Amino acid sequence: MSAVKALARGLWRYLVAAILVVFGRRRTDESSEEGLVERDARSSPRAELAVAALLGLAAIAAVAFVLVYVASLDTQLLGLAFGLALLLLAAAAVVAAKAVVVQEERIEERPGFSHPDGGDSEAVTELESTIAGAADGISRRRLLGAATGAAGVALGAAVVVPLASLGPSVDDRLRANPWGAGVRLVDEKGRPIPASVLETGSFLTAFAEGAPTEELTNAVVVVRVDPSDLELPPDRSDWAPRGILAYSKVCTHAACSVNLFRKPLYPPQSPGPALVCPCHYSTFDVLRGAKVVFGPAGRPLPQLPLRIDRGDLVAAGGLSGNPGPAWSGVRES
Amino acid sequence: MIRRVSNVVEDRAGGASFMRAALRYVFPDHWSFLLGEIALYSFVVLVATGTFLALFYSPSNAVTVYHGGYAPLAGQEMTKAYASGLSLSFDVPAGLLMRQTHHWAALVFVAAITMHLLRIFFTGAFRKPRDVNYYVGLTMLIIAVLEGYLGYSLLDDLLSGMGLAIGYSAALSIPIVGAHLATLIWNGPFPGTDAFFSRMFIAHVFILPAVLAALIGFHLAMIARPHHTQFAGPGRTERNVVGIPMWPGYALRSVGLLLAVAGVLFMMGGLIQINPIWLWGPYHTYQATNGAQPDWYLGWLIGALRLVPSFDVTIGDYTLIPNPFWGGILFPTLVFGFLYAWPAIERRRTGDHAQHNLLDRPRDAPSRTAVGAAVFTFVATVFFAGSADRAFVQIGVGYEIQVWIYRALTLVLPFVAYWVTRRVCEELRARELALGTASPIRRIRRGPGGGFTAPGA
Amino acid sequence: MTGRTRVASLIVAASMALGATVLWLAPSFAQQSSPGVAGSSASRLVGHGRQLFQQECSSCHGFDARGVPDRGPSLRGVGAGAADFYLRTGRMPLSYPGQEPLRATPRYDDRQIRALVAYVASFGGPGIPSVNPASGSLTRGQQLFTSSCAGCHAITAEGGVATGAAAPKLKDSTPTEVAEAIRTGPFLMPRFGRRLLGRGDIDSIARYVQSTQHPDDAGGWGIGRIGPVPEGMVAWLLAGAALLIVARLIGEGRSRERRR
Repeated sequence: MSAVKALARGLWRYLVAAILVVFGRRRTDESSEEGLVERDARSSPRAELAVAALLGLAAIAAVAFVLVYVASLDTQLLGLAFGLALLLLAAAAVVAAKAVVVQEERIEERPGFSHPDGGDSEAVTELESTIAGAADGISRRRLLGAATGAAGVALGAAVVVPLASLGPSVDDRLRANPWGAGVRLVDEKGRPIPASVLETGSFLTAFAEGAPTEELTNAVVVVRVDPSDLELPPDRSDWAPRGILAYSKVCTHAACSVNLFRKPLYPPQSPGPALVCPCHYSTFDVLRGAKVVFGPAGRPLPQLPLRIDRGDLVAAGGLSGNPGPAWSGVRES
Repeated sequence: MIRRVSNVVEDRAGGASFMRAALRYVFPDHWSFLLGEIALYSFVVLVATGTFLALFYSPSNAVTVYHGGYAPLAGQEMTKAYASGLSLSFDVPAGLLMRQTHHWAALVFVAAITMHLLRIFFTGAFRKPRDVNYYVGLTMLIIAVLEGYLGYSLLDDLLSGMGLAIGYSAALSIPIVGAHLATLIWNGPFPGTDAFFSRMFIAHVFILPAVLAALIGFHLAMIARPHHTQFAGPGRTERNVVGIPMWPGYALRSVGLLLAVAGVLFMMGGLIQINPIWLWGPYHTYQATNGAQPDWYLGWLIGALRLVPSFDVTIGDYTLIPNPFWGGILFPTLVFGFLYAWPAIERRRTGDHAQHNLLDRPRDAPSRTAVGAAVFTFVATVFFAGSADRAFVQIGVGYEIQVWIYRALTLVLPFVAYWVTRRVCEELRARELALGTASPIRRIRRGPGGGFTAPGA
Repeated sequence: MTGRTRVASLIVAASMALGATVLWLAPSFAQQSSPGVAGSSASRLVGHGRQLFQQECSSCHGFDARGVPDRGPSLRGVGAGAADFYLRTGRMPLSYPGQEPLRATPRYDDRQIRALVAYVASFGGPGIPSVNPASGSLTRGQQLFTSSCAGCHAITAEGGVATGAAAPKLKDSTPTEVAEAIRTGPFLMPRFGRRLLGRGDIDSIARYVQSTQHPDDAGGWGIGRIGPVPEGMVAWLLAGAALLIVARLIGEGRSRERRR
C-alpha cells in the first residue's frame, strides 16, 4: 500500500513539474518594461450612438430571421437576415473596440524561458538532473539499455508482421471481375443487349449478367465502328464482330468512368474514334485496342472479346488485362 | 456585479490574479495577425453548422428510392447518404442554409489557413521559439484539407464520388503498401461497403474535429506562452510586446472578427449557391460527368495528376509504381516536406539559432522570400493547370496545347519567380539604405568577450 | 364622240385594266400551291436549293453533293435532319475545312434553309425528327443524359471538353436541334439510332435539356453551375477579399506603428 502511495506521490510530482514547465512564470534578470504606454478615456458620444444604432439594427435583423423562418423558409432571405444580424453586431463590436471603450496601449515583458542565444538555460539543467536522477542507483546501465532496445525492435517487428496476412488475398480481391467466356452483356436493368441496337458511331454501357452494377470492375463500354477501320492486334482479330468493340469502362489511371466517346463524322479532317476519360483526359484509341494516345494513363483499357449469340452480345472470353487502376505488384498479363 | 463574479472565481478557484493577468495580456495589433483568427472562427462556424447537419445526415450506402422535393430525381435509385443530402437541401427547414454555410466555411477555413501560413513564412514567424507551433499549424492544414475532402464526399453525389475513386487510386498507387492501405480504408475494393461510409462519417464529425480542437488548443497556448510576435518599430524589442490589452480592446476586436466571419459565411450560405448536389445526381461507379473538379484546396493535386505524362513504372510484367503516385502522393509529400523542413534548413543556411520575437519584413530576408516565392509559384502553376479544361471552354485555347504549355511553365516560372523576387527585395532595401529609412539591424550577437556583432545583416 | 362610242371605249378601257390586273396578279396565283400541285412547288424548292447549294456549298461538298476528298463529306443520304441541324445552328458553312463547327448566327434565312434542306433531303436519309418534350419524363431524361451525354456536355449541360474539341453548352438548343444532333452525331459527337434511343427517350432528353435552360437555383446565385472552380474563385475573391478588408479595418497598418 505504501509502495502505491509512493508511486502516486512520485507521479504527482512529475505532473506538477510538467505543468510548471509549460505554464509557470519565470523571472528574468533584465529590467522589466511593463506598463502603460498611453490611455485615452475621452468619450465619443457619436460613436456610442453609432454602436447603439448598430445593435438596434442587428436586433431587427435577428427578428426578421425568425419571421422568415416561420413564414417562408426561403434560403436567400434566411441567409440575408441572419448574415446581416451578425455583420451589424460585428460592426457594433468593432466600433466599440476602437472608439467607445477606453483606448489603451501597453507594454508587457515576454517570459524569458530559455537562453536567447540557444545555449542551455538553468531550468533545462535542473530539469535534466531531475529526470536523469531517477537512474542514480542503477549500476548496469549499458546492459539494461541494450536489453530494452532489443525488446523494442523485436516487439515492433512482431506487431508489423501480421499485416502480411492481408497479403495475396488483397491482390485476388482487387483483380476479381465478373467477366469470362459466355457471360452475357446486359443493360442497367438486366436486359440483354441485341447487337442491332448499335449503329456505327454509337456507344452504350453494359454489365455482366448477374453481377452487381456498382462493382467497379463490372461495367464495360461498347462502341461500334466501321470494321474496315479496325487495327487490332492479330490475336484479337475476331474480338469485334461487325465492328462492335467492348472495353472495360474503368479508367486504368484513376478509376473514373470512361464516359466520353469521340467519333468523327468526317474522318479526314478529325481525330480518330477514341474513348476519353473526363477526369484527366486519358485518351484511348478504340481502333487499336484502346492504346493510350494522350493523357496520364499508363495502360490501355482491357478489351473484352465479343461474339453475337442469337442476336445478343455475349463475352467470348475474359478481359485482356486487369480492369481498373494499377497497384504495386499487379501483373500485366 | 463585476465584484460579485470576481469573488465567486476567487473563492472557489483562487483565480482572480490569474484572471487579471490574462485580461491585461498584450496583443500586438497588426492586421495580418488576424488571419489565423479568421481560420479559427471559420472552424467555429463549421462546428456549429456541422452539428446541425450531422443530425440529419445518414451515413449509409443502402439503396433507396427517392420521393422528396426535387422532381427530376423522383423515382430514381440512390444511396441513403445522397437522399439525406437532398432532404437537407429541400425538406429540412433552413437545411440548405446550413449546408451551404458549412461548405463556404470549409473553403474559407482552408483559404484563411493558407493566407496565415504565407504570412508566417514570409515574416519568419516560424523561427524559434515558435517552430514546434509551426509544425502543429502545418499538421492542422493537412487535417483541414482532409476534413474538407471527407466532408463533401459524404454526400455521395456524382462529383464527389468521382473524387473518391481518384483518392482510392492514389492510395492504391503507393509502392508496396498501396493495395493494403486502400483496401484497409475502403474495407475492400472500391466503392467499399457500408462500413466505409460510417467510418468516413465518424472521421469527419468526430475523430478529426477532436484532433483539430486539441491541436488548436495547443497552438493557442504555444502562442500565448512566448506572446505573439511583432514587427520592429519604435519601442519594440525582442524582450517586450507592445500592443492592446486583452480587455477591453482586443476581446472586443476579436468578438467583432468572429461575428464578421460568421456574418459573411451565413450571407454567402444564403445568397450564393454552392455544391448543388441535386444537379449532379447520385454517384454510380459507371457514370461520370465532364468538368468534375475537387474543391479548390485539392486543385493542385488534380493539376499534378493531369500534367504527369503517361507511364507506369514496371519491371517486366510487374507494375512497381502506377502513374497516379507522382502527382497524387509524391508531389504533395514533397511540398509539405519542404514546408516542414524549412525552419531547420534556414537555421543551417544562416547559422542563426537564436530566438526571434521580432518579425522580418519580407524584403529583409531576400533569400527566404525568394525561395518561398519560387515554391509558391510552382504550386500555383500546377494549381492553375488543374482548371485548364474549364479555361478551354471559356477562352478557347485547346486542351492538349495547354497541357504542354503548363508543363513548360512549371519548370520555368519558379526560377523566374526566384530571380525577380530576389531582385525586388534587394532593390527595395538598397533604396531604403540610400534614403536612410532602413529598419534597424536587429540580429545582434554578444560575443564571449562582451563585444557585439551583427551577423547576417 | 357620240354617247355610245364613249360607253364602248369605257368598257374596253375597263376590261383592259381588269385584264392587266389579272395578268399582273396571275403569277402569285399560280405560286400558291394547292394539294394537287404540291409536287411542282416542292420541286421548285429543291431546284432553289440546288441553285443555292451549287453557289454556296459545292466548293467543299462537291457540285453534285458527292463530297470533295479531304475537304467535305458527301451529303447523299445524310438526310434532312442533319442538314437542318447544321444550317439552323449556323454551324455550316465553315470558314475553312477542318474547322470545328460551332454554333453561330445562321448565314441563311428560313426560306433558304428550307430550300437547302429540301435539296439534301432529295438524296434520301432520315427526315427532321418531331419532338415533344412535354410527353417526356424528366427523371428518365436525367438518367439518359447522364449516361449518354454528360461525359462531354457535363451533367448541367454547361458544355465540356474532349481531347480534340469542346462540347458546346446547350442553353440555346431547341428540342428539335437536340433530337437532330442525337440522330446525326455531328463533328465528334457519337450518334444514337432509334433502337438505342427511341422517340420517348428523345422526348425525355429534350425535356431534361430544357430544364437545364431554366434552372431553379434554390441556393441563390448559380455562379455557372459547374461546381468547385467558380466556387473557389468566390471563396477567395469575394469572401477572402471581404475578410481581408475586415481584418484591415480591425487591425492596424504599419503606419500607425511608425507614428508613435
